[in-house]
Amino acid sequence: MDLIINKKKYSVNSTPEESLLNVLRNDLDLTGTKYGCGEGSCGACTVLINDVAVRSCITKAASVEGKAITTIEGLATNDKLHPVQQAFLNVDVFQCSYCASGMVMSTVSLLKKKPEPTDEEIINGMQGNVCRCGTYPRIMKGIHEAIKIQKS
Amino acid sequence: MAKKSNESVFAPEQYELAERPSHYFTMNRRDFFGILGSGIAITFAAVNTGYGLSIEGLPENQIGAWLHIAEDGAVTIYSGKAEVGQNIRTSLAQVVAEELGVEMKKITMILGDTALTPYDRGTFGSRSTPYMGPQLRKAAASARELILDLAAAEWKVDRSLLSINDGNVTNKNTNETVNIGKIVKGKQLVQAVDDKVALKKIDDWKIAGTSVKKVNGESFVTGRHKYVSDMKLPGMLYGKILRAPAYGATLISADLSEAKKITGVVAVHDGDFVGVAAVDLSTANKALQSIKAEWKFEPQPSRKEIFDHLRKTSKADDRAEKSGDVSSAFSKAEVKIGQTFNVDYIAHVPLEPRAGVAQWEGSKLTVWAGTQRPFGVQEDLADVFQIPKQNIRVIQPDTGSGYGGKHTGEAGMEAARLAKEAGKPVKVVWTREEEFTWAYFRPAGVIDVKAGADKIGMLTSWEFHNYNSGGSGIDTPYQVKNKLIQFHPSDSPLRQGSYRGLAATANNFARESIMDDLATDLKIDPLEFRLKNLSEKRMIDVLEAAAKAFGWGTKPEKDHGFGIACGEEKGSYVAACAEIVFDRNENDVKVLRAAVAFECGGIINPNHLENQIMGSIIQGLGGALFERIDFKDGKILNPKLSAYRVPRFGDVPKLDIVMLNRKDLAPAGAGETPIIGIAPAVRNAIANATGKRLYALPLVPQGLEV
Repeated sequence: MDLIINKKKYSVNSTPEESLLNVLRNDLDLTGTKYGCGEGSCGACTVLINDVAVRSCITKAASVEGKAITTIEGLATNDKLHPVQQAFLNVDVFQCSYCASGMVMSTVSLLKKKPEPTDEEIINGMQGNVCRCGTYPRIMKGIHEAIKIQKS
Repeated sequence: MAKKSNESVFAPEQYELAERPSHYFTMNRRDFFGILGSGIAITFAAVNTGYGLSIEGLPENQIGAWLHIAEDGAVTIYSGKAEVGQNIRTSLAQVVAEELGVEMKKITMILGDTALTPYDRGTFGSRSTPYMGPQLRKAAASARELILDLAAAEWKVDRSLLSINDGNVTNKNTNETVNIGKIVKGKQLVQAVDDKVALKKIDDWKIAGTSVKKVNGESFVTGRHKYVSDMKLPGMLYGKILRAPAYGATLISADLSEAKKITGVVAVHDGDFVGVAAVDLSTANKALQSIKAEWKFEPQPSRKEIFDHLRKTSKADDRAEKSGDVSSAFSKAEVKIGQTFNVDYIAHVPLEPRAGVAQWEGSKLTVWAGTQRPFGVQEDLADVFQIPKQNIRVIQPDTGSGYGGKHTGEAGMEAARLAKEAGKPVKVVWTREEEFTWAYFRPAGVIDVKAGADKIGMLTSWEFHNYNSGGSGIDTPYQVKNKLIQFHPSDSPLRQGSYRGLAATANNFARESIMDDLATDLKIDPLEFRLKNLSEKRMIDVLEAAAKAFGWGTKPEKDHGFGIACGEEKGSYVAACAEIVFDRNENDVKVLRAAVAFECGGIINPNHLENQIMGSIIQGLGGALFERIDFKDGKILNPKLSAYRVPRFGDVPKLDIVMLNRKDLAPAGAGETPIIGIAPAVRNAIANATGKRLYALPLVPQGLEV
């Protein structure tokens, strides 16, 4: 099958049942997208499909053929970090950082839908992403920082 | 004076190293001697690290074992500690930068690599800051003094004119300045670390004590960092392990013939170990499913029976702490309470599950493992494969968290066994369900407390028995003449081990709950009652700071409640105040806000410390409110994130964090202790709001009936 990932075309030899997560990580070595639970409950595997956040662990790769897939590796352009990545760095959000890719991708998707969400909208939008280190208040601060960067 | 709990007669870290390897392979004796060769331990050849000289062979008392300075002035630090998100890669570099007088950007930390770093027992017990910190500070300060000696000799000037700043030696008379790299000339610093070397005063810190950002932060927000689970070696296979269907099940037979028929599959049956490896994960899974295994089952206690089971199987630990006569003091007490607390097993749920990659080169083994104890894993590998430690290198890349749950290296061991058979590197990454089932849990426990006070609110009697959860934090910080405190180890049906803060969470919960109930029965304000019975100034300070930040002393609205609690563990102090609201329609409790004061001596990195405190509180809320492992017939009934609730964005209360910076005290660890205050503070707030006194953790897994 042919997948369009980060604006690049990849031909993959894979069974139709294979999850997008396994294809990204094992076949294409795009390991920025993480495995956390395998049932769409933790958000570590979040990628964008046509700009919308999707859990790649419960998405079959075959089902997103021809669609625009964006992973954490595709966010920065010309060595310039995406405003959400920059914001999370500015705020120094993370501890173990294993959730970072998913948090960044979910935030990008959230801010695309709603560039200036309220705290309640942020909580609802991010409820599916787990940070076991409990950096949620920092992520919240990082999202506000990202809103500020994107506005300017 | 009350004995400080870090001097307790109990072994507070009894669980830190308790978990044994999960498999023992039956390597035959010919293999054994084959690997051992002539019986002489073969050491690794000097490893070209790309970071300068290998520390191979340098004794640990040498500066060069800890620190290397390249000709361009780049500084490499070697420490066996593991970065699992506590941000020691940053904080330890800060203390070195400070003592040596170099900029942060010049420092590279080599952590958790058994071939490159001095031996380290492991990263647990909040030891990195109070023990590794001073060790590296002394090594850096000794290097500083040695460089000044060398410079003074080379320049033939009075040494007192020289100082090191920003990586340069400067002569204050001539303003002559030379980079330290030019003085050291790339040589190893062969001189003993001076144990008595003068360290910079915390008051004078310029790099330590500031909020330096996570040093490799960008590699994480870009997804570039390779956790062990992300690694891929040339020719690497993916491994899967056959797990027992339940705790207590033993393997009778396994038929691997179908698996072996699948092209490219390597299948191993060695003792109780059955595993497969294949070129991709789906083939490995297919091979695993084709194995027919027969198991023998043994009856196992269920969650419902666990607390009786722990009590029934308990033994008295002879290291009881005893003074006075508790039974006569209790019978004479004017206000008294006797209660039993139950604490459930909970899971660490590190977001990166256990992962290991193994590669054999002849008789030499390299294992990359997500673990808090790389040297412990090296020892375990030497044990199960019966090869000398020197033939094994364990490397721990920055890992997707641990919280005390990764003291072991099961996935690395499993990968090594499969790689040995395959003759190729193998990666094993546990699924979430495997992690929930076969990683170890925080122990369940039963705690009996009997306490008494006199009319004016002074404690007169304190009896405290903990069954199974552990000895950490078991002692009381309150002054009481008659006390009996005892830990009783029990037989745990589930695999159990360390968890952030160890048993201090359970012990603090029981103690601070009883303190609150006594205060209520005495009609004394719970803060006042605590202060009356405390003498430790550091505890009093955090209590008062938390109370002030919270606005303690005001009256909560209807159906709201305020609670307070405090505790000390591993040399740092915490106090928490919480406000909850009870929703009568939903029968549920919501934590609205918490004010937490924390003091761990001098602060190395305020921003990262605040992050640790916040994270501890939020993780602690999970165990306080709803986290628990359910099990029956040896099976974990909720081994999934959709069935085991962890705190999420919507669970976060408004947090007010106060950090007391005691620059006159050496920095203590901070990754654990902030977790111990929140559960009792919330419990006491629930009692305050509803009158309902709860005696179990979690408090409200299915809401609250009043």
